[in-house]
Amino acid sequence: MTATQERPADAVDREIGRDRRRKEDQRLITGRTRWTDNIVLPGMLHLAMVRSPFAHATITGIDTSAARSAPNVVAVLTGADFGEELGVCINAWPITPDQVAPVHCPMPSDRVSFAGEIVAVVVARSAAEARDAAELVDVEYDELPAALDLKAAAADEVIAHPDLGTNKSALWVFDSGEAGTGGNVEDAIGKARTDGIVIEREYRQQRLIPAFMEPRSVVVDPTGEQYVMYSATQIPHILRFALAATTGVSESKIRVIAPDVGGGFGGKLQVTPEEWIAWAVGRRIGKPVKYTETRSESLMSAHHGRDQWQKLTLSAEKDGTVTGLKVELLADLGAYVAIVGGGVPVLGAFMFNAIYKFPAYHFACQTVLTNKTWTDAYRGAGRPEATYAIERLMDELAAEVGADPLAIREKNWIRHEEFPFTTVAGLEYDSGNYEAATAKAREMFGYDELRSEQMARRASGDPVQLGIGVSTFTEMCGLAPSRVLGQLDYGAGGWEYASVRMLATGKVEVTTGASAHGQGHETAFSQIVADRLGVAFEDVEILHGDTAVAHKGLDTYGSRSLAVGGEALVRAADKVVEKATPIAAHLMEASVDDIEFAGGRFSVRGTDQGMAIGEIATAVFAAHNLPDGVEASLDSDATYDPVNFSFPHGTHLCAMEVDTETGALRMRKYVACDDIGNIINPLIVSGQVHGGLVQGIAQALWEEAVYDEGGTLVSGSFVDYLLPTAADTISFDIDHTTSPATTHSLGVKGVGEAGTIASTPAVVNAVVDAVRHLGVTDIQMPCTPERVWKAINGPGAGGSTEGAAMPHFEAGGAAGNQEQPGTSSTEGAGQ
Amino acid sequence: MTRISLTVDGAAVSDDVEPRMLLVQYLRERLGKTGTVIGCDTSNCGACTVHLDGTSVKSCNVLAVQADGGEVTTIEGLAQDGQLHPVQEAFRECHGLQCGFCTPGMIMQSVDLLKENPKPSEEEIRLGLEGNLCRCTGYHNIVRAVQHASGQGVTS
Repeated sequence: MTATQERPADAVDREIGRDRRRKEDQRLITGRTRWTDNIVLPGMLHLAMVRSPFAHATITGIDTSAARSAPNVVAVLTGADFGEELGVCINAWPITPDQVAPVHCPMPSDRVSFAGEIVAVVVARSAAEARDAAELVDVEYDELPAALDLKAAAADEVIAHPDLGTNKSALWVFDSGEAGTGGNVEDAIGKARTDGIVIEREYRQQRLIPAFMEPRSVVVDPTGEQYVMYSATQIPHILRFALAATTGVSESKIRVIAPDVGGGFGGKLQVTPEEWIAWAVGRRIGKPVKYTETRSESLMSAHHGRDQWQKLTLSAEKDGTVTGLKVELLADLGAYVAIVGGGVPVLGAFMFNAIYKFPAYHFACQTVLTNKTWTDAYRGAGRPEATYAIERLMDELAAEVGADPLAIREKNWIRHEEFPFTTVAGLEYDSGNYEAATAKAREMFGYDELRSEQMARRASGDPVQLGIGVSTFTEMCGLAPSRVLGQLDYGAGGWEYASVRMLATGKVEVTTGASAHGQGHETAFSQIVADRLGVAFEDVEILHGDTAVAHKGLDTYGSRSLAVGGEALVRAADKVVEKATPIAAHLMEASVDDIEFAGGRFSVRGTDQGMAIGEIATAVFAAHNLPDGVEASLDSDATYDPVNFSFPHGTHLCAMEVDTETGALRMRKYVACDDIGNIINPLIVSGQVHGGLVQGIAQALWEEAVYDEGGTLVSGSFVDYLLPTAADTISFDIDHTTSPATTHSLGVKGVGEAGTIASTPAVVNAVVDAVRHLGVTDIQMPCTPERVWKAINGPGAGGSTEGAAMPHFEAGGAAGNQEQPGTSSTEGAGQ
Repeated sequence: MTRISLTVDGAAVSDDVEPRMLLVQYLRERLGKTGTVIGCDTSNCGACTVHLDGTSVKSCNVLAVQADGGEVTTIEGLAQDGQLHPVQEAFRECHGLQCGFCTPGMIMQSVDLLKENPKPSEEEIRLGLEGNLCRCTGYHNIVRAVQHASGQGVTS
């Protein structure tokens, strides 16, 4: 048995900060993968779902006889066959005590509430036979009027769930005057109406689909003492808890495994009807079952994101000093209040004031039920919406004052010497340097040169105009301090768990409660542990995503894995060193007080005596010679509850060319300078930023989940839902400034969502900036060429494609495509 | 059922298949070649890309019977004698993957792209990969990976 070789004590090649290539990649680039759909178990049966084609209807009859007699069909089951055995899909965050929420049965037997809802399940020996038989299930519906449009639903014109009597689910309010964190916003706005500036706008956050590349899949294995569920999920631990809580199976009899998971972006932060149905079928039939969704099923029934109307009022003094911000949101929950559901817009409540020193702030969010796919977290979750609103408004303020958009921001932002800074929303920003990030971004971008080019193009009347968009964003990451979540009525804490096990051979096995689905935890976490214990990067193994292995955790979302999970790792590793110290002293016959630990080596101060931590591990395994009363284990664990959020920030600059004759857009340049605190692995960070940018850019330019007037999702395939390709996108210039987080030892802040949060307003600001001199002040997202052309050439700001998906160009001119032309978007658009 | 015989990753295989069975279903369900994955129903995403007789195809868009007598290479057959293909190596080197679900198709398409055009420009790379969707990387590092594999300088 050989102990692992220790790294030299004076190692300068610290792992933290190195651009290590990822450990995960060897499997992924050779196809040696374990996606849930790859799992095959003896006797496994396959499921196919029968889904409602109607947005809202009463189920009057289900005839399953033809399906049941189809070849190799084992069972066809409806909601009535199951009853309460199915359990329910939970909402973990009732945002107000009086929140109105329908019971979310995984397979209702009486009434469907959105197109795509499951009404029956077919169990067969092969997936193809299950799907064939699903076509034979005859369901009779009585169609009901459907609540589809968000504003109309908020007015209770049609009720999504008639038994509830209203579509209004919850009204969540924060007011700085009442909270004591600032002044009264109405006073500020009133004053500005007489002697200042008032900017009033209404922005649309269109409905988006997370569109992870791996369709969701679930396997349930009821053989063996524990029931095992494999699921393409971001949240194996929460899933296990929810299964136990709602299906009556003891938590200790449930093992949930998230094997390789192909992306999530919030879209797999959910407990799903498909999981619950597979669970019930597997338990009832006693054989392993598998369900894998098609892409169309995924787009139609996996949760959607965003979907808000934002009514905004910003007040300022004549010189552009901000004095107040009032935010009134309508948020579309869809048919059910999902696991986080109404909490998503509330996560944005603390971020509208952003990096600016607003003395007064009011936020109110009304969540609304409709007969569409339910919404929940999508990358950024609440914070992109907030950032979009405030960064658009700051550009409007700059235009009103006649100042440069960067100058107006600088006039109002928190200066670096003012940290820590308590905001008007009551958060304490621990660190940041907006000046430094902006200066660097400005230089990388060639800001002044591009402004000159913009002026020249305007002067010459160039048909292709240039716009420059600014986004000086911040966000809150590291979800979350448990006591804050408690204050917000969230149903769980925000801690994270880690354990470090020293194996007999000196190798290190680490478990984490974070559950990666593409982020590269195995690599980044190995770097942290390698540094902390002074062992080789290659000797650290990260285990995760299996509740029987990493038995405790709160999973991966909200850019929390590193800021919370990483810190848990540090603490667990430190405990290993603490436990090893007296053993090292004993083995070297020295006093504990004389033992030093550095670079993986315990040494006796003032001598050349020393032992590697791996040698101690081997000695502990043998346990032949330990101090009296010391247990034969170095294994340690830690649960870390963050004391504060972390607050990444950055300056993003985007240059867009707009063809004023056709509305065509071309991204010319995109620069991002992010301050995400200390960086563990710059290569992984770059990937997170690039990918985040494209998702945010896609919201600005391409993506929208569109329903027709019947409540059918018409963008229900990758033919119709426009995910950008390599040919649609450009290469990015990214860099960093560093203000470490001050509330934990790693100084990291989180980077998973930064790109998405920052980029959407940068792009739209650039598009608007290109044509502002033509009288345009808003273009609704996604900024399609059609909308851009209309904004330039006609009244209105482009309008939504909702209800007008086909044909795209109707007779009736520019107004023909508008959703509620009288109220949509901002006043003054196109003036 | 129709009898098909073909070579997959260097091995001769022969099976009775339903005429409607897609090549990707045959690879995954009958041969256990689960490195090749299904990402959509509409041949948009390219996650299932393999080589059929030396040319990239979306295996969801080919019937298994159409591959009869053919030679199929999947991501699992790309490395030779334990040596990664240069494109596989480049994807790791340039962090051209995150969740890895699109990666088999992306690598197979990139290999085909470089076979047709050994020194592509950035624009040619982007156009050449247009049929393959990735949701994680924003394509930036995928483009770098292909540049790297082509032996050209990688722009930052």
